[in-house]
Parts: sequence; structure tokens; C-alpha cells
Amino acid sequence: MNAPVVVVGDRAAARYTGIDASARRVRAILRRHAYLILKSPTRIVSMMYYPTVTMIVWAFLTVYLAPTNNFLKDAPGFFIGAVLLWDVLFRGQLGVSLTFIEEFYARNLGNLFVSPLTLPEYIAGQLTISVVRALIGVGGACLFAYLLFRFSIFSLGLPLIAFFANLLVFGWGIGLAMSGAILRLGLSAEELAWAAIFILAPVSGVYYPISVLPSWLQPISLAVPSAHTFEGMRELLIHGVFRWDHLWAAAALNVVYLALGAAVFAWSMRDARRRGTLLQMGE
Amino acid sequence: MLKAAASAAIVVSDLSKSYGRVMAVDRVSFTVRAGTTTALLGGNGAGKTTTLSMLLGLLIPTAGRATVLGAKMPEERHRVLPRMNFTSPYVDLPKRLTVAENLAVFADLYGLRRARQRIDAVVDDCDLGGFVKRPYGSLSAGQRTRVSLAKAVLNEPDVLLLDEPTASLDPDVGDRMRTYLERYQRRTGCTMLLASHHMGEVERMCDDVIMLRAGVVVDQGSPRELIERYGRGNMEEVFLDVARGRADAALAGSAAEGVA
Repeated sequence: MNAPVVVVGDRAAARYTGIDASARRVRAILRRHAYLILKSPTRIVSMMYYPTVTMIVWAFLTVYLAPTNNFLKDAPGFFIGAVLLWDVLFRGQLGVSLTFIEEFYARNLGNLFVSPLTLPEYIAGQLTISVVRALIGVGGACLFAYLLFRFSIFSLGLPLIAFFANLLVFGWGIGLAMSGAILRLGLSAEELAWAAIFILAPVSGVYYPISVLPSWLQPISLAVPSAHTFEGMRELLIHGVFRWDHLWAAAALNVVYLALGAAVFAWSMRDARRRGTLLQMGE
Repeated sequence: MLKAAASAAIVVSDLSKSYGRVMAVDRVSFTVRAGTTTALLGGNGAGKTTTLSMLLGLLIPTAGRATVLGAKMPEERHRVLPRMNFTSPYVDLPKRLTVAENLAVFADLYGLRRARQRIDAVVDDCDLGGFVKRPYGSLSAGQRTRVSLAKAVLNEPDVLLLDEPTASLDPDVGDRMRTYLERYQRRTGCTMLLASHHMGEVERMCDDVIMLRAGVVVDQGSPRELIERYGRGNMEEVFLDVARGRADAALAGSAAEGVA
């Protein structure tokens, strides 16, 4: 049984409690990063820069190959759609990891975690910021894809929401695991936040079907949610068929990866409390 | 209003923290009475920050027990963290956010109702008005310390842990901050635990002093009691006796003078 908390004054009335307080703590994390993003046009441009430039390169490759390639004639948005959706995954992961790294550089982790903020609330803030960053980054690239090449990502129709959600959630799982790795290993592991996702690119089948992979690699590929998402995207663009089996496989795998990512982060946080590093972490 | 004025706000029993073979804090026990100010004194590496970290729930003890306002730390920290706060030279605030933005973020973190009024009050109390719209990173060390203190009292804590709160302040601003903390305590009945290397500050503000050396409590008492016990003129000299391992000699000398 919990011991009674000593009552000193009546200032408790000046604070929200329960779900109201919890919502405000999540809002605090959003506020902190919204202030940072909104006041820096450079930051916003840099979020859109990489996805836009990559999209343009693949779009010109499509323009070059399409006249001699029946496949690209039938599905001219194939590469552009792939690169934009790949960036949803990348931005989703990066949004979570960078939100955490910002606190590292600011030496703000100690302040955050002696406040009433809980780890699930912090994670909720991280994930929401990641959605905002993905929408800004990929949204900018989508706009340019339409303006320059008349390709609308919305031509994928409603399944786009399923693709977007599955890739984002997979990015969250990896981003949380990377946050845990950075907490355990320090800022020397920052490169992981930028590079981790790329090890998954070959098995995700972003630009080619899983069937082209060596037979021993295909089961590994099918254990990755992004592979199912990109297979689903290809089926839709090439054959006009929405594959529910790929959608459910991706969703089920995402539950596992998100739980694993959160578990790694939670373990690292407890380890940091044991090693006393929360107060000393910084640049 | 102060139902627990005579009770203990912080109780520490046989608290230890080791990192491998290094004992940072070794079976430390003390009590901090509600509504009082207590100093943790000791040289660098004496275990002050480690002890404060365990009281904040930032660090899991190797052994022993610490309770703050009746809640066991770190297990029950979320029951009492809304009523606690701290300052530390080991943490900072986001540098690109303005002072006002930082305070707004922490007002949300502490779930404050009437946050705007409370922010205005601490801006006024800590004299931040001249730079409240400037990025935190553009401020001088002294201004940053004042902002950190404003953050620490923003939620009107019942327990305030202060790790070298006036370390980088000039004497004038340092004195204003000490006056503010004293006024704040009189108004709210807040319990303060202070780690400081400023012995004048300790003599002025603290009801009790806990002397640490190599992670062990070597003495405790009020500043006046300690000065008399060691036969010294001020806390600075008592601190030097303890930090340089001359405590036994000083105590023996003081006792001999008493007999003579």
C-alpha cells in the first residue's frame, strides 16, 4: 500500500491532474518542438530538401526510360510513388530519433524527466512530432512532384492512407529503438539515427519486387513491414489490385516492431537511471 | 495551512549508490524537516549531486531508501514530482527557444492552471522582464541561472532541490536570488535541500547542514552548532576541516579548549 503523501499547502488546486495533466505534458513536448520548427524556415526547407531532390532524380529517370519501357509507360508514377513512400518511412524514423537527439544537445533530459512527464507521454509527443515532420518533408516533395511532373500521390486513392500509416508506424518502431541506442551509447551513436533505416532498403523492395531477391533473403524480407507495403503499392500501381493480405501482414508486423522499439527505449531509460547518465548527457 | 510543518519532508535511510567498485554514496541517512532549508556540503565528488539525483528519482539507488513527501523514490516519483522541482548546473534549457517559450513548455509539463499568470509572476519575481523574449542561448551565464531558478519555482514546489543555485551569479544578483528564495519559502512553506560551495549562503539560508566526504555523512547540525563544535569562526573554516580530513583534529582541539 502506498504511504500517504504529505500535504503541505493548497497549491495542488493550481495544477491539472489525471488525463488533463497527461494531455498537457504531451502538448508540452509538441510545443517545445513546434517552437523550434516554426521559427526556423531553414529547418523547414531542410526537411523538404532531401525528399524533393531524390524525387526529382527518380522522376527524370522515369522520363528518360519511359519511352523505351512498357512497364514505365503503364505505370509512370512507379518510381516517384516509391521514393515518396520510402521517405515516409525515413521521415517517420528520423522524426522520432531527432526529437530525442534535440534534448541531448540541449542538455534538457534531466529537466524533462524530473518533471511529472512519463515515458509513454514523452513517446506520444515524439510520435506526433514525427507525423508533423513527415507531413512537412514528404508533403513538400509531393507538391513538387505534382507541379513538375503532374504526378499526384493521391492517385493511389484511399490505400495511400494504409501505406502511409504502415510505413510511419514501422519508422516509429525503429526510431524508438534508435533513441534507446543513443541513450545507451551516447551521441557517438547519432549516426545510427541517420543510417539505420538504409540497412532495410534492400529487403524492403522499394523499387523492385521481393521475388528478385535471393531465395534465402526473401523470408527475411517478408518479416519486414515495409516489404509488404511496397509489394502492395506495386500491385496497386501495376495491376490496380489492393492486396489486403499485404496490408494485414504489415500491420501485424508493425505491432511487433513498435512494441520492440518501445521496449528497447524503456529498457535504456531504466538503464540510464541505474547508471546515472540522465543528468550528464549532452554534447 | 502548513499541516506538515513539523514533519519530515525528506527521509533518507542507509542510501547507497555504487558504480562498479566506486561507492559514490555510502549508507547515507538524514531527515529534512518540512519547511526548512538544509545544505548538503562537501567537496567535489563527495556525493551531493548523486544524493540529489536519487531524491529526484533520476537515479536508482544501489541500496537503502529515500522518501520525499511520503513517496518512495524512484518507484513512486510520479506521485510527488508535480510538487517538486530543481536546478542543476548539469542541465540546461533549449537554447533556441525564448525564455517565455521555455517557461510555457514547463508550465504545461507541470500541468499549471492559469499558466500565463504564473509565468508573469515568476518573470517579475526573478527579474526576467528585460530578456523574456530573447532566446535562452543568447543570455549571459547569470541570466541563464535566473531563468533556471524561475523554471524551478514555476510550479510552486513544496520541495525544491537546488544544486549550486547561485554558482555563476555576481554578488548583487546572487543576493537577490537568495532573498527571493527566502521570501518564497516564507510564503509557501517549501522545503529546500541545497548543495552549495558558497558558505556565506549556507550560513544565511540553512537551518541544518549535512557534511559529506567521500560519499559518507561525516557530521550534521545547524551552521551555528557546527561552527561552535569545530571551534571555528565560520562555515568556510568548518568546510575546510572536513574536506581536508582535519575534522577529528579540529574537534579534538575544540574539545581541549572547552576543558581548559
